[in-house]
Amino acid sequence: MSVAEPPTVLPEEPLHRRLGVTDEELVAIRDRLGGRDPNDLELAMFSVMWSEHCSYKSSKPLLRTLPIGTAEDGVVAGPGENAGVISIGDGLAVAFKIESHNHPSAVEPYQGAATGVGGILRDIFTMGARPIAILDPLRFGEPGSARTRILVDGVIRGIGGYGNCVGVPTVGGELVFDPSYQGNPLVNVMAIGLLEERLLTLAAAPGPGNLVVLFGSTTGRDGIGGASVLASATFTHDDPSKRPSVQVGDPFAEKLLIEASLELIERGLVEGLQDLGAGGITCATSETADRAGTGIRVDLDAIPRREPGMAPFEVMISESQERMCAAVRPDRWDAVREVCERWGLPVAIIGSVTDDGDITVVSGDTELARIPAAALTSDAIVHDRIATPPTHRRAAPAPGAPLDPSDRLPERGMDPGAVLLALLGSPNLSSRRAVFEQYDSTVGADTVVGPGHGAAVLRVKGTTKALVAATDGNQSVGALDPYLGAALSVAEATRNVAITGARPLGITNCLNYGDPTRPEAFWQLQEGVRGLGDACRALGLPVTGGNVSLYNEAPGGAIAPTAEIGVVGLLDDVARLVGPAFVEPLDTILLVGETTPGLAGSAYAGLAGVAVEDDPPSLDLAREAALQRFIREAIARELVASAQDVSGGGLAVALAEGAMWGDHGAVIRLPVANSPAVELFGESPSRLVVTTRPRFAPALILLARQHGLPVEEIGIVGGDRLVIELAGAGATGAAEERGSRVADALEVPVTDLRHTWEHGLARALGWEGVG
Amino acid sequence: MPVRVGVVVFPGSNCDRDTVHALDLAGAEPVVLWHEQASLDGVAAVVLPGGFAYGDYLRAGVIARFSPVMRAVEAFAAEGGLVLGICNGFQVLAEAGLVPGALLRNRELRFLGRDVHIAAERLDTPFTHALAAAGQPLRMPIAHGEGCYFGDDPALDALEADRGVLFRYVDERGERAADDDRTANPNGSLRAIAGVIAPRGNVAGLMPHPERAAEGILGSDDGAGIIRSLVDSAARAASGGDASPVTVGAR
Repeated sequence: MSVAEPPTVLPEEPLHRRLGVTDEELVAIRDRLGGRDPNDLELAMFSVMWSEHCSYKSSKPLLRTLPIGTAEDGVVAGPGENAGVISIGDGLAVAFKIESHNHPSAVEPYQGAATGVGGILRDIFTMGARPIAILDPLRFGEPGSARTRILVDGVIRGIGGYGNCVGVPTVGGELVFDPSYQGNPLVNVMAIGLLEERLLTLAAAPGPGNLVVLFGSTTGRDGIGGASVLASATFTHDDPSKRPSVQVGDPFAEKLLIEASLELIERGLVEGLQDLGAGGITCATSETADRAGTGIRVDLDAIPRREPGMAPFEVMISESQERMCAAVRPDRWDAVREVCERWGLPVAIIGSVTDDGDITVVSGDTELARIPAAALTSDAIVHDRIATPPTHRRAAPAPGAPLDPSDRLPERGMDPGAVLLALLGSPNLSSRRAVFEQYDSTVGADTVVGPGHGAAVLRVKGTTKALVAATDGNQSVGALDPYLGAALSVAEATRNVAITGARPLGITNCLNYGDPTRPEAFWQLQEGVRGLGDACRALGLPVTGGNVSLYNEAPGGAIAPTAEIGVVGLLDDVARLVGPAFVEPLDTILLVGETTPGLAGSAYAGLAGVAVEDDPPSLDLAREAALQRFIREAIARELVASAQDVSGGGLAVALAEGAMWGDHGAVIRLPVANSPAVELFGESPSRLVVTTRPRFAPALILLARQHGLPVEEIGIVGGDRLVIELAGAGATGAAEERGSRVADALEVPVTDLRHTWEHGLARALGWEGVG
Repeated sequence: MPVRVGVVVFPGSNCDRDTVHALDLAGAEPVVLWHEQASLDGVAAVVLPGGFAYGDYLRAGVIARFSPVMRAVEAFAAEGGLVLGICNGFQVLAEAGLVPGALLRNRELRFLGRDVHIAAERLDTPFTHALAAAGQPLRMPIAHGEGCYFGDDPALDALEADRGVLFRYVDERGERAADDDRTANPNGSLRAIAGVIAPRGNVAGLMPHPERAAEGILGSDDGAGIIRSLVDSAARAASGGDASPVTVGAR
């Protein structure tokens, strides 16, 4: 058997090392094979299945600590399945999952992102769910760099080119720029599907004697070693020789695959269904056999090929896209074939389910490989990695130490209004419209709230219900404190769902970290998982699945640890949906929650700098849970006109968003307990800006106090400008004493806020000619 | 009994289910017509929905016009049957020569998904008669990469003389969008043309999606009037009457 030689390795390296298998792992492979050496085909199969991407060999011990929920939480399918599934009543359930396609997108941005969308959609419809939404959190390096601009353009076109064609609306996500992603962008994609619970289909191959059927595209040489070569090794450079490892997407084929798969499931024609992603046929057969406690005999010659002369290992590990594998009862084969052929999809019987527990590959009468299915999946090697915190951890400020002057806006001669405009126009906080307009966000005719204004809202036809979805990640705080970064991401993503009135149902996560063999990077992962778990337990939310992406490193260094969180919530009555925009003049504006010091990791700090000893603001998870309970109850009691959480850019940006999106100004009087910068631009979590009819304000204030939450009336909606006056002990005296360039007040016309916010991103990316 | 309105499903159609839903809400009985079938099952009108009919990798709609169902649609149209093409359906009709003009790539060469306003130029057609008033701005989404309406000047002059312009892009007050108005006419359509009607008055196409703006919960129900016009006209045709309340297409 010939193995394509990667050009950058020394010829004398033994095969297993060339395939990314360590000497220690080779010993473990022998152990699983009863002491014998694997042949080359078997080694290739092990190499993809024991890759970090497929085996979770570094992260598995950590992931076991996460709360996975129970049937009482409505969880119908959890981690280990292709997607998490949670019941939403009326016999319906929601399937959702997030995944990464970081390295393929760095090598070939269009196809990398496109196949990322294709892969996550297959995870959804494999379960019997029709995909109804895509959200894509994207992270890149400096927006001004030529490489970033090429990546951004390619990734966005790739997501659009695939998602628009398959007819699944892209309704949300993120676009974040941070220097740590310069050499290693993050392309995470979340998909949501809706299914009738009775149609839930698991990725298992039960019933010895059943047929193993492959349908969809033919198998080619694209994506050979995608899981092992690309996803599971540190990224040295954007090496064109790795391009054959990137898969090529065909959204039209995916559309056919969706319709054919859902029809097969609806008509009860398949016993189990699995999509082919990383690891190709090897992964699909071994996982479905292992889950069912069966084996599969694969007839290599029966697999439809795209090109002649493919070696057995190429066929077995090819990651050609848009393929599905089903276990089918022999008497239903004719019906299955009819459905696939009607949708124009090649379909073939490629093997059969056995009772020997082995994945066996045969060609004619020759047995080419025989491996216990469990050895490739549930019994794959697990590594106990070493975690070491960094030696240069930042110290907390000594008690009583004076804050750095940079924390105090007026003393620096900064005009708060100018700071607010700079934040609104900054690459990370400005409108994402120039991007999401390249996506179809309304196909499906379910989009109640699309991208751009917080959580996405999709009605559920035939009910009064709606699904509410959001994603969030916080690399700025994650870089300083990976535990806090992950916990904050859970808090913010769920808060964004809760402020619409919806109840978060569960969490999916994409853990983007560095090389796990580096103790500091593994410590970051460990801390991130601990933060994720603690936050989910405090909020009572199950983690129903996700994806771990390690080796996110480039010559410039590792990425900032990024736990990307996806949340889906349920709104029982879509008519009661509350949005973030100010609604009516004279409405009362309340600030719920407590503003605490700490500017590190904030957008303001990115703009103005802060003292090195400053810390990010702390997170009180019990308070966060109380806040979310409060806002849901307030919305259910119809006391709320608008609700927005305080996050990136702080309170001033939250108020500006309410003003811009509602086209109403506001007059705010803000007592200063900390410093002006903390009050206006600090990002301490668990805070909301809530507006209400004046007559409901007392009831709302009472309700907040009943939930143990600090609450203050800070202003009223009205006029055509945003006016914020700083008042109280922390405001440092009359403006005139400090000269004309400083102010205790901020006053900006709403049209100016909007103009700055709308044009910031296009300016940062040099897209000013676009739409 | 509700009138039967066909919705053609190409393998890459992706607005067929939305169109079925909107027709259902408008009181019709939607009938799915598979692209390989050569008969229209006796429907009173046909909608060609949005999507990417056969992948559209070459050019939108270019392959779909050769499908068996399109031969049936052409024959149906030749007999005066009502046909409405939405988005990709409009592109297919233009490729098939059932409506005048061509749809080029958007001016910025990027896919565009956003809300626009259009206004009907005339109410005396089977597709617009239930609208409240001509010139009234109707808000609904566009979602396409190839929606720039094009014809040479003599063709556009002839189209206007034939009263063949059915919808134009307008601003939110209803003022006709300039060709270079990137906000109101984002795909760069010549003379702000968003939809056209064939001279005989029974075949029309438009790029925006009325079926995605047919319920208040989706942010706009301005598209419902177009769907309702079609369903009413189909019902009239099915009962043996004229498809349209007035004579159409007369020069």
